[in-house]
Amino acid sequence: MQAFWRDAVEFLPILMSGVALTIIVTIGSLLLSTTLGLVWALMRVSGIGVFAGFSAGLINVIRGIPIIVLLFYLYFVMPELGLTLTALQAAILGLGIAYSAYQAENFRAGIEAIDKGQIEAAQAIGMGWWQTMRRVVLPQAVRIVLPPYGNIMIMMLKDSSQASTITVAELALQGKLIASSTFKNTSVFTLVALMYLTMSIPLILLVRHFEKRAGQK
Amino acid sequence: MIELTNVHKSFGKVEVLKGITASVEKGEVVCIIGPSGSGKSTILRCINGLESYDSGDILVEGARVDRHAASIIAIRTQVSMVFQRFNLFPHRTALENVIEGPVYVKREPHAQAVERGHDLLAQVGLAEKADAYPPQLSGGQQQRVAIARALAMQPKAILFDEPTSALDPELVGDVLSVMRKLADDGMTMVVVTHEMGFARDVADRVLFIDGGVIVEQGAAKSVLNQPQHARTQDFLRRVLHPL
Repeated sequence: MQAFWRDAVEFLPILMSGVALTIIVTIGSLLLSTTLGLVWALMRVSGIGVFAGFSAGLINVIRGIPIIVLLFYLYFVMPELGLTLTALQAAILGLGIAYSAYQAENFRAGIEAIDKGQIEAAQAIGMGWWQTMRRVVLPQAVRIVLPPYGNIMIMMLKDSSQASTITVAELALQGKLIASSTFKNTSVFTLVALMYLTMSIPLILLVRHFEKRAGQK
Repeated sequence: MIELTNVHKSFGKVEVLKGITASVEKGEVVCIIGPSGSGKSTILRCINGLESYDSGDILVEGARVDRHAASIIAIRTQVSMVFQRFNLFPHRTALENVIEGPVYVKREPHAQAVERGHDLLAQVGLAEKADAYPPQLSGGQQQRVAIARALAMQPKAILFDEPTSALDPELVGDVLSVMRKLADDGMTMVVVTHEMGFARDVADRVLFIDGGVIVEQGAAKSVLNQPQHARTQDFLRRVLHPL
């Protein structure tokens, strides 16, 4: 145990630089996936065949490709097509695109759960499609969407470790590097696991808060 | 002011409107009665374009109703609607529900809309409920807020789609008296209802619809007191003497 604490003090500063990158990747891809997911979801419920079809097809393509392959594609294949991304850019873009499919399905479920009478009432006072979404549907859908959204945030935090496969020195990769140079596997990976857990706890509490609030209505 | 000419409408293979021709004059109160599934609500929903129709014409103040045309917005701001299930926005207070259309559709100044909103809530007897959210209100109160919301658009006509059918019996009177006051003030109203007393006392004309056609129409008292058609007689007997 004493050895563990000694290792912890020694490795923590290096691991913290990994935590910083983990947080950057998570927040970046969270913002991107939320934006894209909302766009896909709105296209899907737009009632315009071309948009809905495009969105449905795209979501299935994204869902059908492993995140790691998507990352490899962005980082290793795109340069051959003339688009060179840094490892961090590729990681945020890849995770953002991958998760946009799940975000979209979550948002769509929330939008479709809103009573049709709400949409009719909005139309009856002369609101157009976009205004109906913005003023009536989305504010109500948020309540429904938030608990699963919190879960997606936790999953993204953990899946940000996949960025290590394209050389982003986030927490998991930092841990691996330290472990392979010191052979202190137990200390290092215990620390890494605890640090992921520590970052998840506020998110877990947030989800619980969302669920409680959604349950009140 | 509202004119329907030979309107046909099908849901899939079921034809619900089989050539409806009718008109509503300015200031008139027209009640539409008939058995459920006869197409009463569909007529209302076609008038403000919530539903499309297959053939025929519906004109509101001379403008043809087409739910896919941009002009539908203008028609909807002139013809308000009150729904059976109220359909208030649950995430907004009573006052916010009332000013939503004026502020966000008609771009009325906020302060002016709020002032008018308070007046309208007072008019329907809910001045003190301005800050209440719909789930905190009874059904009758919600429906009166919905009427205030419809009035806030300063419409030329209001469509009522079974406004009291979802209410507990003791709450029906409050809503009907608000509607009666509107009628007395000269509002043009088309009311789908099962309240025969309201139809008899308030309506100028009654249309009896069955199977997607207008079976009988005329002055409210004559249709309700001396129905000519056998189907009208049968329907009224069932409604007025259910036992």
